[in-house]
Amino acid sequence: MFSTDHKVIGKQYIGLALFSVFLGMLLSLVMRFHLVHPDTKVRLFQMLWPEGAPGGQMTPELYLSLMTMHGTIMVFFVLTTAPQSGFGNYFLPLQIGAHDMAFPVLNMLSFWTTALSLVTLLLAFLVEGGAPLSGWTAYPPLSGLGKITGPGQGLGQDLWILSIAMFCVASLMGAINIIVTVIELRAPGMGYFDMPLTCWGWFVTALISLFAFAVLLPGGVLLLLDRVAGTSFFIPGGLIVNDQVQGRSGGSPLLFQHLFWFFGHPEVYIAILPGMGVISTVLSVFSGKKVFGYKAMAVAMLAIGGLGFVVWGHHMFISGMSPYSSIAFSVLTMAVGVPSAVKTFNWLATLWGGRLRFTAAMHYALGFVSLFITGGITGLVLGQPGLDIYFHDTYFVVAHFHLIMGVAAVFAIWAALHYWFPKMYGRFLNERLGKIHFFLTFVGVYAVFVPLHFAGFVGNPRRYPDFKEYEFLKSVTGLHMGVTHAAYFLAAVQLIFLFNYFWSQRRGAVAPGNPWGATTREWTDD
Amino acid sequence: MAIAILIAALAGATLALFFQPRWWFPEAISAHARAYDAHFLVTLCVIGCIFVFAQGLLAWVIFRYRDRGQAVTGSDGSSALEIAWTSATAVIFLGLALAGQGIWAGVHLEGSDPRALKVEVLAKQFAWSYRYAGADGAFGRVDIKQIDDAGGNSFGIDAKDPRGKDDLTAAVLRVPVGRPVELQLKSRDVIHNFFVRELRLKQDVVPGMTIPLRFTATKVGTYEVPCSELCGLGHHQMRSSLVVMTEDDYAAWLAEAQQKVVLP
Repeated sequence: MFSTDHKVIGKQYIGLALFSVFLGMLLSLVMRFHLVHPDTKVRLFQMLWPEGAPGGQMTPELYLSLMTMHGTIMVFFVLTTAPQSGFGNYFLPLQIGAHDMAFPVLNMLSFWTTALSLVTLLLAFLVEGGAPLSGWTAYPPLSGLGKITGPGQGLGQDLWILSIAMFCVASLMGAINIIVTVIELRAPGMGYFDMPLTCWGWFVTALISLFAFAVLLPGGVLLLLDRVAGTSFFIPGGLIVNDQVQGRSGGSPLLFQHLFWFFGHPEVYIAILPGMGVISTVLSVFSGKKVFGYKAMAVAMLAIGGLGFVVWGHHMFISGMSPYSSIAFSVLTMAVGVPSAVKTFNWLATLWGGRLRFTAAMHYALGFVSLFITGGITGLVLGQPGLDIYFHDTYFVVAHFHLIMGVAAVFAIWAALHYWFPKMYGRFLNERLGKIHFFLTFVGVYAVFVPLHFAGFVGNPRRYPDFKEYEFLKSVTGLHMGVTHAAYFLAAVQLIFLFNYFWSQRRGAVAPGNPWGATTREWTDD
Repeated sequence: MAIAILIAALAGATLALFFQPRWWFPEAISAHARAYDAHFLVTLCVIGCIFVFAQGLLAWVIFRYRDRGQAVTGSDGSSALEIAWTSATAVIFLGLALAGQGIWAGVHLEGSDPRALKVEVLAKQFAWSYRYAGADGAFGRVDIKQIDDAGGNSFGIDAKDPRGKDDLTAAVLRVPVGRPVELQLKSRDVIHNFFVRELRLKQDVVPGMTIPLRFTATKVGTYEVPCSELCGLGHHQMRSSLVVMTEDDYAAWLAEAQQKVVLP
């Protein structure tokens, strides 16, 4: 259990992410149900959350706490752990010819800190007041004043911050490990530009993690101090909450947003860069060609990593910060789209002139490219402050980030699993089940997330437990009903994957040493 | 093969949704809103073309190079191509960024209009209130200790300040059509957001800050104002209205409301 073997730790991370992704998905189903049946009493809700759903009727605070937990679980415990810590741990040493990570004990420690962080987060469901309702972004003062701002803002919010702080520490340990491993343990003669693009993905992601989590951690600590020690880092003077005068002064709510998004935007790239590496590999292997423009691809990753740190302000166009800084952030944001587009062109050029073998992994990789285009292109709308002024905090944003950060990254995880399963378990994931799962899921994600853009056109705000209060939201009732049913469908077909994943570990077809005819070291060594 | 068809079909279905009239922007009721819609259309055309081109190319490449036992022919790199598509996307993306600055500047970078009707907006969990300066055109001083929601003094207008005697507070924002309006947005507790869809305007309301928001509504009507920044369990019910009135109706309302002002 407390293994220091990078392969075991990699599998542990993937296991943790698998548990988390299904939990996060179940929470989203409950939310989707409530959005279209806000008045329906459900006995199961009452059993699960006696405080939050008295008589089975879900309260707004319960909905918001499910939303907070869904976002937190998915962003941190799925999208940050599986691509980077899971596959990175397992395959980085193999691909660069190292016998393990540079610091195996540190590696074990970072996994168990992550696990403890997840337990701490889930405890928030059980304490008085329940889980926090301030969203995964936890903006103060809502998150900074304790339970006076709402149920769940007491102990639940404290546990949330503790969990995130622990996660930061774990990620920093993991990042240092990967950086040192890449710098010090490459096989003799292997230069940086001889590494597979997957290794570039993990390396750049580790660099991003180092700088991003190093800022989120103090942000979380300061927020906790505001809550428990009476400091005022983020709390301005003159507040009256719930008719009670708060004796604080001098803090800035916007300061927290700057710290949070200085982490939060690079976090998107933490989720997607390892996947980009995987996609490059899978497309190349199943096209029978080398990756087109290897060096441009590696440089594009570095450019995304670097530019990713100077665009955080596009999450704050309407926050009240200087309108002049919005202009600067806007230009930089549009600039970070360029290396992403360059990667897409290079993927298409990798396919060009190849002989494409449509394995399950290849399906997910091609699906990734399609989703990356669909999800990425709306960034050109949201990156303009003039246009964001309408779409900010509407379902248009929900659709955008779910496609690009959530779904595309998860497609990369599936591609990686199908591709590397033979190495990890000596057996294939069932190819036919994989393809069936791909087709149903691919249709499902388009059916869920494309229509949500249109709720955004109507101006539908996100983070609403129901839409009953507004005349203009009557027009999106049918749209949300359709999306909810598509979400049921999408969730149901994930059982195919789950079955395939566990069944194939024991019963899958036995795989030879290098089943795909790849040229990287994890298949050709030992 | 099947995946090529599916990608084309899903891209086509996505595109087709843009031609349905049901889920779209509401009517634009200001010059800014109309400029917004025009620039959005430009952006939509650009990204629509990129979308069709990229998805189409993807589907075509998958179809064209499916395994039929052919020899692998493609190259694995070309500096000319890299330079070409890097500069092409840079020009398009940065061009869009620059083209869109006009509508942003129109909202936030133009100075205050001296003729503007000034209204203070106060957000709190989970209600909005509005304060008009009254006949003297000056807002009275506020005092946090005199805040009394039940007594109708949400702003805490200081009874000792004569300028505040005629200050008018209301739960609905009423403005005359065609007249520039300047809101001063303030929050008492957490962050809220003032959003009027028809004006294409959205602005966070941050405690500790006073944030201006300017507009000139050109169409009479009642428009909903949904809070658009998560502010707690009543966020989804924190609703208000913007009522744009003719000059006459506005003057009549103002005169009547002014008479009812209870001096604190």
